Amino acid sequence: MAPPFEGIGASVRRKEDLRFISGHGHYTDDINRPGQVYAYFRRSDRPHAKIVSIDTKEAAAAPGVLAIYTAADLAAIGGLPCGWQIHNKDGSPMAEPKHPVLAEGRVRHVGDPIAVVIAETKQQAKDAAELLAIDFEDLPGVATVTDAVKPGAPQVHDGVANNVCYDWHIGDKAAVDAAFARAAHKVRLDLTNNRLIPNAMEPRAAIGEYDAATGDYTLYTTTQNPHVIRLLMCAFVLQLPEHKVRVVAPDVGGGFGSKIYHYAEEAVVTWAAAKLHRPIKWTAERSESFMSDAHGRDHVTTGELALDKDGKFIGLRVHTYANMGAYLSTFATAVPTYLSATLLAGTYTTPAIYGEVTAVFTNTVPVDAYRGAGRPETAYLIERLVDCAARETGIDRVEIRRRNFIPRSAFPYQTPVALQYDSGDYVATLDVAMKKADWAGFPARRAAAAAKGRLRGIGMSTYIEACGVAPSAVAGALGARAGLYEVANIRFNPTGSVTVFTGTHSHGQGHETTLAQLVTEQLGVPLAQVEVVHGDTAKIPFGMGTYGSRSLAVGGSAMVKAMDKIIAKGKKIAAHLLEADVRDIEFKDGKFTVAGTDKSKTIGEIAFTAYVPHNYPHEELEPGLEETAFYDPKNFTFPGGCHICEVEIDRDTGVVHVVNFTAVDDVGRVVNPMIVEGQVQGGVAQGIGQALLENAAYDASGQLVSGSFMDYTMPRADDLPSFHVATENTMCTHNPLGSKGCGEVGAIGSPPAVINAVVDALRDYGVRHVDMPATPAKIWSIMHAAAPKMAAE
Amino acid sequence: MYDFAYQKPASIADAAKLLADPEAKALAGGMTLIPVLKQRLNKPATVVDLSKLGLAGITVSGGMVAIGAMTTHVTVARSAEVKKAIPALASLAANIGDRAVRYRGTIGGSLANNDPTADYPAAVLALGATIKTNRRSIDADSYFQGMFATALEPGEIITAVEFPVPEKAAYVKFPNPASRYAMVGVFVAKGPKGVRVAVTGAGQNGVHRHTAFEQALTKSWSAAALDGIATPSAGLNSDIHGSAEYRAHLVGVMAKRAVAAAG
Repeated sequence: MAPPFEGIGASVRRKEDLRFISGHGHYTDDINRPGQVYAYFRRSDRPHAKIVSIDTKEAAAAPGVLAIYTAADLAAIGGLPCGWQIHNKDGSPMAEPKHPVLAEGRVRHVGDPIAVVIAETKQQAKDAAELLAIDFEDLPGVATVTDAVKPGAPQVHDGVANNVCYDWHIGDKAAVDAAFARAAHKVRLDLTNNRLIPNAMEPRAAIGEYDAATGDYTLYTTTQNPHVIRLLMCAFVLQLPEHKVRVVAPDVGGGFGSKIYHYAEEAVVTWAAAKLHRPIKWTAERSESFMSDAHGRDHVTTGELALDKDGKFIGLRVHTYANMGAYLSTFATAVPTYLSATLLAGTYTTPAIYGEVTAVFTNTVPVDAYRGAGRPETAYLIERLVDCAARETGIDRVEIRRRNFIPRSAFPYQTPVALQYDSGDYVATLDVAMKKADWAGFPARRAAAAAKGRLRGIGMSTYIEACGVAPSAVAGALGARAGLYEVANIRFNPTGSVTVFTGTHSHGQGHETTLAQLVTEQLGVPLAQVEVVHGDTAKIPFGMGTYGSRSLAVGGSAMVKAMDKIIAKGKKIAAHLLEADVRDIEFKDGKFTVAGTDKSKTIGEIAFTAYVPHNYPHEELEPGLEETAFYDPKNFTFPGGCHICEVEIDRDTGVVHVVNFTAVDDVGRVVNPMIVEGQVQGGVAQGIGQALLENAAYDASGQLVSGSFMDYTMPRADDLPSFHVATENTMCTHNPLGSKGCGEVGAIGSPPAVINAVVDALRDYGVRHVDMPATPAKIWSIMHAAAPKMAAE
Repeated sequence: MYDFAYQKPASIADAAKLLADPEAKALAGGMTLIPVLKQRLNKPATVVDLSKLGLAGITVSGGMVAIGAMTTHVTVARSAEVKKAIPALASLAANIGDRAVRYRGTIGGSLANNDPTADYPAAVLALGATIKTNRRSIDADSYFQGMFATALEPGEIITAVEFPVPEKAAYVKFPNPASRYAMVGVFVAKGPKGVRVAVTGAGQNGVHRHTAFEQALTKSWSAAALDGIATPSAGLNSDIHGSAEYRAHLVGVMAKRAVAAAG
């Protein structure tokens, strides 16, 4: 019987799921070290205040308390670094105020950590933290970008004029002005990309440990990129030698970007462990997650599109105010600029584009990359603008897209905003999605809904995104302070099984399965004989971790290169054993064969020979069968596709029901179709969440109003329909797998499709735009305000 | 949570004695109290567990449904007798919170807490139920006294709730999108106590009756009878989930849907 097909293209079940769904995952909080004590952070409950004094006397005397630290104790420690430097229009660097590990004299957002109490038990630490007597002098706060840039607004940092972190631009302003001067139609749209709170299922946690005998530190932490955390913490914050610090990210229960960044708690527990000679654990309570995990999005944008008389886009002008929050999180500055404005061409041939970004400090939690990171913001803007343009020019919204698509023949396509798209077929994904969604049958469904008193609408987005971050040289030229290659080490064991050490990290995506399938495909080793190891700097080579849908496109490509080396070495060993010329050795399906003969050796036999090299070409080859490869991508990858959403609105309540959702994405080569479908479903759920439900609400002063699930609307199963998910792929042309990445497409393509459908449903109400989230109250207000006008008509 | 003493008395008299202490808190299903304790929003010296007092159970007789205070929501929801006598009450219980909450939460706990967004207060007020305590009987109209406020005195324990069986009744709620508590819930009933309409979730002072709707429905029991009767937005909540005007509008929508559902 032929072995089951487990290579590229097989929907094998996820190897990791049994432990996850049976409660046997091993997360940071499941780890307990001998002699472990607990940290509790006292955080600011006010948006902006001077810390007049901190009296620790009573807290220090409380039962079980080992130490209390404030900023005064951390004078020798650096601030939390920002990993991407942006330059202003005039070439000067961005404002980069210190992000202290613990607040220095001033708190700048609700949740800003002020002091840490370390005690024998968690309860004792928390009890004592309440006894800290902190005298505050409240300062006026500011929460929104529009308020923060007003003259006379409260200033978040001394020396950052008007709260502006940077004022950046991209593209050709003169060309865009010229396009607008000759435009037959101009369309303008002001919109907000709502602030989101990531809410990974597992809250953040960290354990710091110090071995006084060896001087070694260990940090167990909920991160997406252990080596990056080690580098940032050692080089910028604690000034520790990297080789004496091990960072372990065990099972991690979801990240969505929020676990990329280096957080204060990681540095504090590591530093304090050496002071106290005790392992120190911190685990966030859910309320802490709301006010201390980096938030996402929060852009206020104006977009203007110029069209010629035929509906061709001739110019695009965009200005965005991006909320950075109170401090710069690790990659915050790159999100609205190089991860967002560089995609302003979308899937269209718009020849002239000019984008400006004003990044602004406010008294809110720092904002950073969240699933999609900049691309959802741009896709939303463009796809909303295109729908407005269709309506205002009278051109059908599908037709206007077709008229402006970059044709398949035009790739590689250089956009006017730096990026060069390598491949895509936007007509194909559009056609397949329209057929699957029965776009043509919509009018009948709308009429049927109307007969039941419901408003039915349909909307689409034909989006693009960039992932597979990133070519290091390009990223470096644009201000990245890190390399963005990836690495893999492939190790054959003597008995023929394979251990993969990857620099990427899986926090739910299924890498233990997908990456193992690459080995099965390329080396012919059964899936059960392949183990994927990740998340421990003591085990894996120096990798950059997982974000930006990069693990397969970049990390998988590194594996392919390492396996190429394995095969090359294996051929030499096989040539020796088979007494043939190495040029005559072919490798296929796990077997080395002398071409044109039946003489062969399995890769298992070759591995055994490599480790038991009794009969071995010692003159020519080292023993062992283990190879490492680093892979620095030549370009970003460009997934894209078409999402179609159909909604029904209850006229009486304003509730929007998503009744149908179709996603047809181009993600390049698919390794495990089932996992891809799951990734897209999860992304679409988050996108629908953003479009209809989720909103991090602050009052004007910076008090967090939606600080728990009582007020922050996470999508639930009954908020979502059954999705129709498919792929229609073109291959990435510059990596060996052809894969583009699928982790974020769902969250990028879906919000504009949903809002386009909502606006379509409300077309009789004269509605041109609805800001996200389209809550029942908001929809009702729109209908209610329009009702008298409709009655009069 | 902070430390507290835990008591599980075996008699109502003992429980009442323990609860006479203003520092003591009664624990029924704990679906509100335990989260509150975990968030350190309350610091009782003693928590008095009422689960050994024999207060759970349902009896239906003589046009009256009596539900013991410690009866869980799931028990009410699945009771064949309640489903037959007051299906609206069973269906209300079946839609409180989530499944875990319904297995722990109790009718007495809900009413003693009188959360302004809770479901049971609407049923009690609209059906004109009687709250039985260890000391007296309290009619629904005098029991609810505003947000988290009731007629209960220190040491007074709800033992049961008696619902007169109505001719028609229904409860329809609009859940808060985030918490799924009632943002607006309307219970309509026509029965021995007349036509009564109770609104939960919307008001700043908790559950209240809607007299304009009651008058209209007394004249004509139909959803159409409520057409054109505006609900004033004064006194209704306004927050990030909706304005007072929106809630006022929803009161009308939910009331009409409830009347339609009641038949």
